[in-house]
Amino acid sequence: MDFSSLSPVAMIVLLIGAATPILLAALGELVVEKSGVLNLGVEGMMIIGAVTGFIVATTTGSPILGLVGAAVGGAVVSMLFAFLTQYLLSNHVATGLALTLFGLGLASLMGSSYNGIKPPRMARLEVDGLSDLPIVGKLLFSHDPVIYFSVALVVAVWYFLNRTRAGLVLRACGENHDAAHSLGYNVQLIRFGAIMFGGACAGLGGAYVSLVRVPQWTEGMTAGVGWIALAIVVFASWKPWRVILGAYLFGGITILQLSLQALGISISGAYLSMTPYIVTIVVLVIMSADRKRASLNAPACLGRSFHASH
Amino acid sequence: MLRLEQRQQPSKAMLYLTPVMAVLATMAVGGVLFALLGIDPFRAIYLLFIDPFVDSYNLSQLFVKASPLILIAMGLSIGFRAGVWNIGAEGQFIVGAIAGGGVGLALWGMEGWWILPLMTAAAALGGALWAMIPAVLKIRFNANEILVSLMLVYVAENFLAQMVQGLLRAPDGRGFPESRNLGRNDATSLPDVFPALGIDAGGVVMLILLAGAFFLLQKHALGFQIKLTGDSPRAARFAGVNPSVIIAVCLGVSGAAAGLAGLFELTGAAGKLTIDFPVGYGFTAIIVAFLGRLNPVGILLAGVVLAGTYIGGENAQFALRLPAAAVTVFQGMMLFFLLGFEILINYRVKRVRRAV
Amino acid sequence: MKFTKTMAAAAALGFALAGSANADQDPFKVGFIYVGPVGDLGWTYQHDQGRLAIEAEFGDAVETTYVESVPEGADAERVMSQMARSGVDMIFSTSFGYMDPTINVAENFPDVLFEHATGYKRADNVSTYSARFYEGRNVIGLIAGRMTKTNKIGYIASFPIPEVVRGINAAYLAAKAVNPDVEFKIVWAYTWFDPGKEADAANALIEQGVDVIMQHTDSPAALTIAEEKGIYAFGQASDMLQFGPNARLTSIIDDWDPYYIERVRAAMDGTWESTDTWDGIGAGMVGIGAFNDAIPAEVQAEAQAAIDAIAAGELHPFTGPINKQDGTPWLAEGEVADDATLAGMDFYVEGIDAELPN
Repeated sequence: MDFSSLSPVAMIVLLIGAATPILLAALGELVVEKSGVLNLGVEGMMIIGAVTGFIVATTTGSPILGLVGAAVGGAVVSMLFAFLTQYLLSNHVATGLALTLFGLGLASLMGSSYNGIKPPRMARLEVDGLSDLPIVGKLLFSHDPVIYFSVALVVAVWYFLNRTRAGLVLRACGENHDAAHSLGYNVQLIRFGAIMFGGACAGLGGAYVSLVRVPQWTEGMTAGVGWIALAIVVFASWKPWRVILGAYLFGGITILQLSLQALGISISGAYLSMTPYIVTIVVLVIMSADRKRASLNAPACLGRSFHASH
Repeated sequence: MLRLEQRQQPSKAMLYLTPVMAVLATMAVGGVLFALLGIDPFRAIYLLFIDPFVDSYNLSQLFVKASPLILIAMGLSIGFRAGVWNIGAEGQFIVGAIAGGGVGLALWGMEGWWILPLMTAAAALGGALWAMIPAVLKIRFNANEILVSLMLVYVAENFLAQMVQGLLRAPDGRGFPESRNLGRNDATSLPDVFPALGIDAGGVVMLILLAGAFFLLQKHALGFQIKLTGDSPRAARFAGVNPSVIIAVCLGVSGAAAGLAGLFELTGAAGKLTIDFPVGYGFTAIIVAFLGRLNPVGILLAGVVLAGTYIGGENAQFALRLPAAAVTVFQGMMLFFLLGFEILINYRVKRVRRAV
Repeated sequence: MKFTKTMAAAAALGFALAGSANADQDPFKVGFIYVGPVGDLGWTYQHDQGRLAIEAEFGDAVETTYVESVPEGADAERVMSQMARSGVDMIFSTSFGYMDPTINVAENFPDVLFEHATGYKRADNVSTYSARFYEGRNVIGLIAGRMTKTNKIGYIASFPIPEVVRGINAAYLAAKAVNPDVEFKIVWAYTWFDPGKEADAANALIEQGVDVIMQHTDSPAALTIAEEKGIYAFGQASDMLQFGPNARLTSIIDDWDPYYIERVRAAMDGTWESTDTWDGIGAGMVGIGAFNDAIPAEVQAEAQAAIDAIAAGELHPFTGPINKQDGTPWLAEGEVADDATLAGMDFYVEGIDAELPN
């Protein structure tokens, strides 16, 4: 077995690419959950984003417009969920699952005439001098714009939640929606907005898969990544910085097991394919077991509908 | 402007009307969708909703599709009532089939009335144990059961792939990753009981367990505790209900039910274990559970209706060139409408004049 | 009740009207059942091309229909039964996993003819057919062996079934024959179709230094990545030129058209019989796509010579001396592998430095 052909830098670059869709979707879901809503429909929103982004990109010829279109698509479809849970007080779990089912089907329908089409290429960053630096060049200066955006988003979400008034109000809705309401804030509207943000992020993550990572459109191409994003949010104790860690960890294991196979390691592929999920469970358990920390971070009103009773 | 006003008590009429309204609304919107796709809406609706219950061949397939859905949904609904969210029924389905199928394959060649019951017990145990993983992790470490049970679905799928290529692979199957055909082997195949509706021995077990679930929830103390835990966890705690017991029972029962469904599917309709053995029943059953409003009678009806749409959907595909995805959209829509109309049970819509 | 009757009447009327539109005789109805979506641009897409070829060839005399993404097992049995019940005369079931369902339905509908792809069970009204894809892989193996500069060739495989192992072996033998230093790096994706996973696998292989990629999975993802990274790859099942104009050296094309047309014609003529067909390049079932200009003229000539030789039956990809991976002799000098061993192939040939999963 020739381990020398395993290049850490190359693997890190690959894993960042694999992790970015999860990162984007998880960030969005984090904001949603902080406001007190549990949206299990991430998979549905992601795939709608993937197909919408693809359609817009191939029609306009611009991958950036495609990404914008994807965010819009994800936000629009999330409105179904938002309306049902906030104004019709429907059960969060069921509504989220319905969104996933509906989203998967709708995406297939929308994308049926787009199979086999090549989307416009997304350019990677190239800074003269910097991009050519031996290790740092590839690690830091040669990514596509979405990756830089995703990292910036982590910072932005952290800042919003922890340093702005609006973020405080959002968190209040998640911790104690009755108190927030009695202070005069429209809890349902705030949650509605949070859900749409989550939809936009998930849509963007989905489009990253169809426009950059693969890039192509096919039915069901998100392949369960939305569920992983949900796990990452818990895993991250609802903290933006930890979301990056979780997403990159998951992406890393996925890439690692493929690389190990390519090296000729004889652990069965099926067992290797299990590892990302098992590791996620283990980390989930470790994070949740610390009850004090977990209970300080999980929004107290997560999953509970709010209805003004006067 | 419209306001929602809470009713004094839940409207019984709405309880029964909402599923009907949801189906009708889906037919209407779905019809528009089909027309937009260039497909005859009336014929499509007929094929999706009516033909499955009218045509004799379709009827004979009805419970083939509906039984696993109802069985799993029944198990899940017990947990959902208590706020225990088992989203990993698909994984428990797989593990149950592997466990029960493994026993049957280990005893290959032997004859005896006891083989099939033994496989059944193994399947129930396998499914229950797989569901106990999220249960234990929740009880001991407060880990969210939605995510753990879901991750375990992927683990189970990979485990199945491993088993059908290794341990359980048919020796004379030319190296293909699949097991021997248990469905065609007399000792291990599930006997038919009522073929006109597609009810086999598994279907009978399902009906018996459904009745059992009904009695559990309506008449038994444990059923009361389960419902109480879901409605008001604090009250349940004050009443002395042990949450760990509830979690364990709910997950164990739903896991066992899913495992049983897996075995019945294996020894009945599917016949052998392959990589593609799981077809998503574990997830569709969640929809059935909600469509059936989490009660056994409702689940029976919902399972039958949803199975009908699957069968009708397949027919519509080749009779009308309806895309397969349209049926999924349809089912998602049905669930959306049901969830939307549900509010009418506890709230009424009132017109309120703005204060001048 | 009344609603149902009205609907039933309306439906019957609709059907009758549709039927009368076909004027004189009843068209011959052919049904297809697909394991994946028609838009996969791979396995299912090519079968659907075959269906379209039937329509083009026979015009109004036939009527085709299909159901896509049908899971193997009870669903497949139901769909085929429904097709048979609704008057379909001939059914093509296009996946190995449809084998038992096809046999079951064929028993219940002895007047309907069945063509089952890649299976091995037959009946009076069931034929089986498959293509000698390994012949195609032999050719692209040759090209890959010549075109690689790093001597590392990547192979994205789906499941360790005989068909896939056969393909790997055939490609390896040809590559090794022209390039003794060549090394195969094999990744098992455990899926026939998952663009994300295939893309990841391609990237992982590229990072390990491969500069030619072969695949036995169905999507164009690997080719797309190859195009992006500036290495070579091959089209699989369909030509896939649009995904990798520079990267694609050539393709293995599943061409079902001639076989399908021939079988439908035989069925309509009444000369249809249950047969087992395993055709390759010679019969036109396996097509090799146009060569990329990047391939030097002498390599193109070499490849073309191989194609012609295989087509004429003069060259068999598995001709001895060949040993199994563990060193035991398999084929003696000049000896050609028999179909039975090939059909159940579960070993690597000597030289492949990897373990076959289970």
